[in-house]
Amino acid sequence: MSRLKLWSLLAGLFTTSALVSLLAGPQGVSISGLLDVLAGRDSLDAEVLVQLRLPRLMLGALVGAGLGMSGAMLQGYFRNPLADPGVIGVSACGGLGAVLALYFGVTGVVAMALPVAAVLGSAIGVALVLLLAGRSARATTLVLAGVAVSATASALTALVMNLAPNPWALAEIAYWLMGSLIDASWHEVLFASPFILAGLVLAASTGRTLDALSLGEEEARSLGQNGAYARYAIVGATALMVGAGVAVAGSIGFVGLVTPHVLRPLVGHQPSRLLWPCALGGAILVMSADLAVRFLSGPGMPLYLGVLTALLGAPFFLWLVRKTREDLA
Amino acid sequence: MRRLIFDRVSVSSRRGPRLDGVSLAMGEPGITAFVGPNGAGKSTLLRVAAGLLAPDEGQVWLEDEALSAVSDADRARRIAFLSADGRAAWPLSAWAIVELGRLPHRTARATRAEDAAIVSNALHRCGVAHLADLPVTSLSSGEQARVFLARTLATQAPLLILDEPTAALDPHHQLAIMDVLSEEAANGVTVVLAAHALDLVSARADQVVLMSEGQVVAAGTPQHCLTEERIRQVFGVVAPGGIQPTPWSLPPS
Repeated sequence: MSRLKLWSLLAGLFTTSALVSLLAGPQGVSISGLLDVLAGRDSLDAEVLVQLRLPRLMLGALVGAGLGMSGAMLQGYFRNPLADPGVIGVSACGGLGAVLALYFGVTGVVAMALPVAAVLGSAIGVALVLLLAGRSARATTLVLAGVAVSATASALTALVMNLAPNPWALAEIAYWLMGSLIDASWHEVLFASPFILAGLVLAASTGRTLDALSLGEEEARSLGQNGAYARYAIVGATALMVGAGVAVAGSIGFVGLVTPHVLRPLVGHQPSRLLWPCALGGAILVMSADLAVRFLSGPGMPLYLGVLTALLGAPFFLWLVRKTREDLA
Repeated sequence: MRRLIFDRVSVSSRRGPRLDGVSLAMGEPGITAFVGPNGAGKSTLLRVAAGLLAPDEGQVWLEDEALSAVSDADRARRIAFLSADGRAAWPLSAWAIVELGRLPHRTARATRAEDAAIVSNALHRCGVAHLADLPVTSLSSGEQARVFLARTLATQAPLLILDEPTAALDPHHQLAIMDVLSEEAANGVTVVLAAHALDLVSARADQVVLMSEGQVVAAGTPQHCLTEERIRQVFGVVAPGGIQPTPWSLPPS
């Protein structure tokens, strides 16, 4: 598919899903509300749009863009379609960082403590996977390294929850880990956007290295790519995008797995050309999933966004494992 | 001109030395072929030559500079490298694979049109221009080997280092690849390769380096190096009268 066609398709989908999620929901907002906002008139619908729907939409798009792009980047780097921030345990490490910040109550003292802790946790997670999986990047090694990192982070998270001082603190951590955009406000958007935008730009700078890596690790180095810079950029970009995303929306899985898989054939399988389309694709995916969550949630019984993406993503992961196994055979 | 000089180069691993005080000069436009049994240190030597592995002792010189002092970007323009087990991680088109050979030249002044002409030329020279749009993973191993060779040609580096470019190929593809390399050498490129096809090497290489257990046993013309006695001693194979150059060639097209 040509670049122009792909971008028109993604832009069309993005605009449509953005408009629908602005206007639709259990409390529908009329088109006139949207016109009120544009004209600067006050009305209840306008208030709902500006204070609730728009920040939620933007936060979903930001988090989704970060997840989609980090998935594309990690898959390119590990030369493996099973790489995803959730699968390799980076999200779990980000979650652990954030849970520790919540537990020790640092978040009340320093406003930026939560995202910074989540970003640090994620950075440690990616660095561990890189160390464990090494440079060979064979599918099994990578997934095993991810399982190990993930298990460690989950165990430590469980320990923190175990030690939670009261049921409310426990519930707070548990709900927050499930992943949701329910509490989205402009505050969260301002909180996360510098981290995620910086991560997107950093990730985009790895394009040539990812392309060269299609030929193998040594060939990439012989082409002057894949030096130390690439490794730092990949750890940094993943930590920024995934950590900040986890800090504001909890863990939303499988977006980084599904998005690159769907878009890869449309860019001729070229890793560098996959990066920005995956940012847009991830945004579309999270916005649409959040829209679905709003309709599926009953009164007093909210369905969490992270639960929905996990329910849809896990079977996809199983199918992908089977397909990868067949390709290897 | 001597393009690459090894000065008492040693590389050791936990299991012992992989290269043991190798001193050599490669150069003069021409083909230098490394031969020797599995584990003799050919691949290690080629990796050191390509700047991918730093020697534990000794020094490698690329023209008049220490190879370790050459920047990654500069080295990538001057040395093109092909590993033995290279394969594409994604089903990229053959064109996209060969285009990767232009990565070291992606600077502000490089134009896309120039790159496209070079890529197209490399595909033609390797006889795979008709496969340009196909996913490289769908090609036969002989076709893939030619596409990967075209990728190294697209870099237009003065030094070409290839680890077993003819391994696992049928006689036709082996000859086709050696023809391309002979042509490169005739155009002034220094070609350095490792190979197991002794008769082919004997017919096409200007210099042969016989290796065993991390050391150079003999270096010189094929006739001088590949004698019956040395083949017996290094490979444990009886080759009456030494290795005869293969009389095979491709029919004129």
